[in-house]
Amino acid sequence: MTALLLDRLTVNYGATRALGGFTLAINDAELVALLGPSGCGKTTVLKVVAGLLPPASGDVRFDGISVLPIPAERRGATMVFQKPLLFPHLTVAENVGFGLKMRRLKKGEIAARVAQALQLVRLEGYERRKPHELSGGQEQRVTLARALVTEPRVLLLDEPFSALDENLRGEMRLLVRELQQRLLITTIFVTHDQREALAIADRIALLLDGRIEQVGEPRDLLLDPSSPRAARFFGWTLLAGERIGQTVSTAAGDLKLPHAGETGSCYVAFRPENVRLCACEELGANLTGRLESLIDFGARWQWRVRLPGGEILAAEQTNMLCQCRLRAGDEIKLFLPEKAVKYFAPQDKTK
Amino acid sequence: MKKPTLIKVAEALAVIAAIGLAATPLALLTVRSLAQSWYWPRLAPPAWSLRAWRYVFSPTAEVLPSLATSLSVALVVTLLAVIVALPASRVLAWEEFRGKRAVLFALLLPVLTPPLAATMGVHSLFLRYGLSDTWVGVALSHLIATVPYATLMLTGSFSRLDPDYEAQARTLGAKTIDVWRSVTFPAIAPGLAVAASFAFLISWSQYLTTLLIGGARIVTLPLTLVAFQRGGDEAIAAALSLVFLAPTAAVAFSVARFLKESR
Repeated sequence: MTALLLDRLTVNYGATRALGGFTLAINDAELVALLGPSGCGKTTVLKVVAGLLPPASGDVRFDGISVLPIPAERRGATMVFQKPLLFPHLTVAENVGFGLKMRRLKKGEIAARVAQALQLVRLEGYERRKPHELSGGQEQRVTLARALVTEPRVLLLDEPFSALDENLRGEMRLLVRELQQRLLITTIFVTHDQREALAIADRIALLLDGRIEQVGEPRDLLLDPSSPRAARFFGWTLLAGERIGQTVSTAAGDLKLPHAGETGSCYVAFRPENVRLCACEELGANLTGRLESLIDFGARWQWRVRLPGGEILAAEQTNMLCQCRLRAGDEIKLFLPEKAVKYFAPQDKTK
Repeated sequence: MKKPTLIKVAEALAVIAAIGLAATPLALLTVRSLAQSWYWPRLAPPAWSLRAWRYVFSPTAEVLPSLATSLSVALVVTLLAVIVALPASRVLAWEEFRGKRAVLFALLLPVLTPPLAATMGVHSLFLRYGLSDTWVGVALSHLIATVPYATLMLTGSFSRLDPDYEAQARTLGAKTIDVWRSVTFPAIAPGLAVAASFAFLISWSQYLTTLLIGGARIVTLPLTLVAFQRGGDEAIAAALSLVFLAPTAAVAFSVARFLKESR
């Protein structure tokens, strides 16, 4: 039952700044995915919360009280790393019971709680195995049980499933979500995989270069990126253009905007799957490009188009009434609906 | 898979040769220590006697005091070498810092320099500080040879251990002492055992260093052994050699057992 506040955290590794003024508030029992490319400072955030790394400035508060003076072992923030890090000389039960033993609990209570935790992760009967006798998925379930058994105030998951194969990863994701909601643990889940973040999180915090770029519910980030960088991370195509009144002219064509605004160079963004191929102009095409490839599955088209500015669009679309015979290499027309276009004013023209 | 007979025979021969190489000198020493007036060209001693052994353990031989000196020096040197090597190797394995290669090279220097040259320099230094001819001086001079070995070996152990294990233990609620006892120590224990036994054996077999630094005041077993070998009584020299070998064998044996168990 812990609300978490990370307040203007700054962390430096020597001369490089890993986090610069990182601020994020997490509600009690909320699961926030910290999403970003590798090397953007995600693990650093977890280490600061866990107490493994002191920040150069800023504060970490659990329920409004600063925990920076509390050392890692008494902070109640348990971390699950990318590697399983099961202690190789201990059995599964001893690994899961490690945190309880460190708290000097009685043997009987440890055994009971270990059994309970193993049941949560569906590993009953594995108590006496050694870590090297487990599969990758089992190892990560043991680490999860080992973290949960101590009833942490905050659970910190650092890409815990990135070494597992896709099917297993999906399964583990569901398990984590289920346990997190059952036990109501405030959780930060670090990942570089946007699908994983979308699948598991109450909210997503997009982290780029040591700063939060955008925080919101998964749909907000998908449908309404707050900056060109956030848009690009979620797979939007960005076009540079010049705005005059209600029109933005780009190398690929002119796009209409709903409102008039200030004149100047700007960015427009859209998702490739909202673009429609069209050769016969019936749709009111507004962009042009060169068809690089087209696979016709009858009901579906899978296509790749290169825009004049060099941007590649790739998407699938259900086949329309268009009767044109399109071939790779053709100059073709594209239709982008007005409401699928996101406009970024000149001042957010960060990259 | 079944091995061809020829290979099996070759393997058996190799094992016998290895055991023979190790065991023959020991057997010869044992026989020699128990033999009475055994001269060429006799194949076996004409008579047996415990004379040499009785003499070795008698007060007049002064073997027991030198044994005690050797043991006390070697044990203290081992302990100190490990205490210095543990934090040093941990830093060398886990931290990146400027001049790390220089430090590693400096660590190798005492191993590379001829002991005589190094000891002469140390001796003149120790003379100035009143450390020559003292037990402390001898122990210190042994440390020069043992700390590098222990540090390099433990560096290997630490670099095979992921430092995140310690971080993981801490976030699970382990205090610094618990992290060491429950996580780090079990992981590096085999390396620690090897490092400690090496330190012990290096100190145990120092001759030149002890001779120069200790003057004739600090007499360890190797010094006594050499004296008796010069003295020409082969039976006594042989018995003393076996006394000298005993702790070495004990250390090697127990480390081998420990390594086998911890695997």
